Amino acid sequence: MSSETTNLVKKEVKKAEPLFSKKNMQVLRDPLDDSNPITVQILGVCSALAVTVQMKPAIIMALGVTIVTAFSNMITSLVKDGIPNRIRIIVQLIIVAVLVTIVDQLLKAFVFDVSKKLSVFVGLIITNCIVMGRLEAFAMSQKPWRSFLDGIGNGLGYGAILITVAFFRELLGAGKIFGYKVVPDFMYEHGYVNNSLMMLPPAALFMIAIIIWVQRSRNKKLLNVS
Amino acid sequence: MHTNRYTFIYAAVLSALTAIILAFTAEALKPYQEANIALDTKTNILRSVRETATDRATIEKIYAANITEMVLDGQGNILENIKANSVNLKEEIAKTPANRKLPLYIFTHTDGKKYYIIPMRGVGLWGPIWGYISLADDFDTVYGATFDHKSETPGLGAEISEKPFQAQFEGKKIMSGDNFISVNVLKPNQKTDYGNEHRVDGISGGTITSSGTDKMLKNCIEPYLIYFKKLVK
Repeated sequence: MSSETTNLVKKEVKKAEPLFSKKNMQVLRDPLDDSNPITVQILGVCSALAVTVQMKPAIIMALGVTIVTAFSNMITSLVKDGIPNRIRIIVQLIIVAVLVTIVDQLLKAFVFDVSKKLSVFVGLIITNCIVMGRLEAFAMSQKPWRSFLDGIGNGLGYGAILITVAFFRELLGAGKIFGYKVVPDFMYEHGYVNNSLMMLPPAALFMIAIIIWVQRSRNKKLLNVS
Repeated sequence: MHTNRYTFIYAAVLSALTAIILAFTAEALKPYQEANIALDTKTNILRSVRETATDRATIEKIYAANITEMVLDGQGNILENIKANSVNLKEEIAKTPANRKLPLYIFTHTDGKKYYIIPMRGVGLWGPIWGYISLADDFDTVYGATFDHKSETPGLGAEISEKPFQAQFEGKKIMSGDNFISVNVLKPNQKTDYGNEHRVDGISGGTITSSGTDKMLKNCIEPYLIYFKKLVK
């Protein structure tokens, strides 16, 4: 059903403006830096603590959130005029929950290994503030295709931070990347020790703080945001 | 502004619609999911006897050819007419050992040796943990073990499902003379009265999962000893 609707949406937008117009690309690009969901909007921090111990779950979670945000944004945007204002949050939540549950069921049926690895993370996507945040802030007032791009952009922006944090946590905490050993044995023989603090949730907060620091010293636009 | 009437109808229709969609998806995918779970169980049982096939056909073939399933009662008698996979371990481990139904899998190796596979279930930090441990026919030496979990923390408790942790169990002993000692999951520097053959290293940062594994081993292996004693005689 969703692919059909995407096609419909594409056609509609084409008449009005090109698919990848400057404005649309801006919507896609902004969340990667200027309005990054984690470091600027401060959304989705909770899951950034939970799934960044290793690279693999971080990447899968990023993919999951990207897909769910994009499609829930688009569906919400398509039906936004009919949603009664007083129950809009519940309606948004139902859309997200249905999408996530279907994805979870499909994973269990066709890629059981992946679903085992993800276990609780799939369900956690529902509670990710980015999804609801973007629905309320963007999709409720924008066109479907642009909302879809916004979802992709925010998912990728979220993923970029997640993967950066996971890289350093897995490297410093376990001496591994993607589960493969990268810190050579002779380092351990000479007294190098993995930093177990990196395996615990607070380490993600330190990492995110450092990323925010680096980002703000590079990007002058962000200085007056907070 | 929408009227109350509209809001109520909208909510009712949306609920009904999503319920239908979800019910349909769940029903349509159920056979696939159940097949996956059954295959996963067989894979884990075989991994505990160091058979590491991963494709469906090989697993089904080895399982059908080499594994005998049975269910015992708490006194070590074989119960007829009960299938091993119909026993709900979650309910059984809560009972006293004498009242449990005990599924047992016997693996006959190509060289004729028999290995006895005991299914286990316990609790970790966030949810259930489970696994299979296989004993050689001296009912003392551990041949292999696998563990899995529902929702332990990746990198910490979840490491029980990784090879390095599980490989430690190979060759360990569960008995000291006639006394059941089990394989103890301990911190590397923790002092005990038992020798190295009765202990493996727990996971640093995963203490609650490690001690959950330790308890699970003791709780789930001991009830089988009555049956094993009968076999030795």
